[in-house]
Amino acid sequence: MSGTDARTGSGTGAGDRSGTGAGTGAGAGAGTRAGAGSGTGTGAGGGPGAGAAVTRAEYCVVACAEAWRGAGEVLASPMGTVPTIGARLARLTFSPDLLLTDGEALLTADVPAVGAPPRVVEGWLPYRQHLALVTTGRRHVMMGASQIDRYGNQNISCIGDWERPTRQLLGVRGAPVNTLNNPTSYWIPRHSARVFVERVDMVCGVGHDRAAAAGPAATRYHRIPEVVSDLGVFDFETPDRRMRLRSLHPGVTVEQVREATGFALVIPDEVPYTREPTAEELRLVREEIDPKGLRDREVRP
Amino acid sequence: MSRDKTMTADQVVAELRSGMTIGIGGWGSRRKPMALVRALLRSDVTDLTVVSYGGPDVGLLAAAGRIRKLVTAFATLDSIPLEPHFGAARRRGDFELVELDEAMVMWGLTAASHRLPFMPVRAGIASDVMTVNPSLRTVTSPYGDREELVAVPALSMDAALVHLNRADVHGNAQYLGPDPYFDDLFCEAAETAYVSCERIVETAELAKEGGPQSLLLKRAFVSGVVEAPNGAHFTSCVPDHDRDEAFQRHYAEAARDPGAWRAFTERFLSGDEDAYQAAVAAFHEEERA
Repeated sequence: MSGTDARTGSGTGAGDRSGTGAGTGAGAGAGTRAGAGSGTGTGAGGGPGAGAAVTRAEYCVVACAEAWRGAGEVLASPMGTVPTIGARLARLTFSPDLLLTDGEALLTADVPAVGAPPRVVEGWLPYRQHLALVTTGRRHVMMGASQIDRYGNQNISCIGDWERPTRQLLGVRGAPVNTLNNPTSYWIPRHSARVFVERVDMVCGVGHDRAAAAGPAATRYHRIPEVVSDLGVFDFETPDRRMRLRSLHPGVTVEQVREATGFALVIPDEVPYTREPTAEELRLVREEIDPKGLRDREVRP
Repeated sequence: MSRDKTMTADQVVAELRSGMTIGIGGWGSRRKPMALVRALLRSDVTDLTVVSYGGPDVGLLAAAGRIRKLVTAFATLDSIPLEPHFGAARRRGDFELVELDEAMVMWGLTAASHRLPFMPVRAGIASDVMTVNPSLRTVTSPYGDREELVAVPALSMDAALVHLNRADVHGNAQYLGPDPYFDDLFCEAAETAYVSCERIVETAELAKEGGPQSLLLKRAFVSGVVEAPNGAHFTSCVPDHDRDEAFQRHYAEAARDPGAWRAFTERFLSGDEDAYQAAVAAFHEEERA
């Protein structure tokens, strides 16, 4: 929730920098060029012009944006820089009805660049209303995860024994209320076996196995649409709700993903690539939403 | 006319006792009653149960060993995600932790303010919040759905400490920023409540500063009013002042090293509030130099 969605609010787990390690996503997408591209397009912060090759961060932005396709008139709550850019891209293109906040208590009618204040305010969403809004279900949050397992159980609280953790992280924040009430996706900027683990140390966000075991109160509104990392997109569209590799970002191999994951993923025979951004999407990301190239700080080029 | 409830921060703390349950308003590193927390640090009040959406209030009290039990969903400095003193205290196992979801804390405060024993919520079911808090109980809906929900217990408190932008001497208090946080709930859920503010104004001035909905605290729920300009420092108290990011960075860096922390406490926390504010001003002079 910080120049991005600074609102660690209802939270989230934003901004946790843990879970470093492998899987930095070597190389920008395999020489892929976004079709068209105006050629020049000088980003203010010296970022690549609209004609430059699509970076890994930009594939991640598009993948995050896709999480909010068809979401309707709901609040998009992105935690982290890339999901924030993704939510704004979705709003400016295929999901114009999304509601967005300024990272504090205001709903913004316009879509400013990341870190810039809104020019037009369309609503008020202080924390008490934000927490209540979660329970209406009219929200799709994309949280961070210091650890996540094959069923989508997520941890942002602490590492090690809860009684006396080796590393104290944020705390559970709003992960329990989020996962039982509104669609909750996850964004993991550095895919590694330290994040994608066999078993999370504390279940903050509820995964499919735990929800099923707890019964109807847990499963009634439980939904984890997707997990986006710097290597690919993952979902739970399997018979037993185990995590599946849905798409690879161009330039990433199945083997890379397998090595950077601490449990056995479901990997279909044919794995598609994450889709290319359109020329207009690239222009919006590079010139309108993130002219300073903050996305590259979260996912290195 | 209602009585004059103005006090000093030290007089507020003189009303507190070791072993009490204290609620602290604000959220993370936003509008925390830091002048009251600093006064608490100057006292010998300890063995506290603290209820807070945690920020540096939790960090400072934890570093000083004043917390026996903490009830929270997180502790953060917002622009710095992890509160270093909170993390260190947790690694040492310094206090008992009641780790609840953000919404569970809200409904626990609501239950206390409504004088109810609990509120039913869906949040918490199937998560390890239930595991690490074995005293949490569930209730089954008496209606046809028969859903099993968490009975979040009332978070009743002996005293609440909050910081707002304006107040009158009677305890009517006003926030002028974008978010009330949960300060009114904290005050209503506590036996006594103390509000510090950037400025005490005539009652008639309150409605001139903001609309009637900005009058967050009613005097019936406020026992004492403290004028404490910059009293949320270094947390934000917009529009009066933003978070002091440079000083917060200094705090967080010092908090990561015992020697640096001793120097920090010596420089900033060894005197009264005036001495603190003067030391902060001197810190910024040095930064500029």
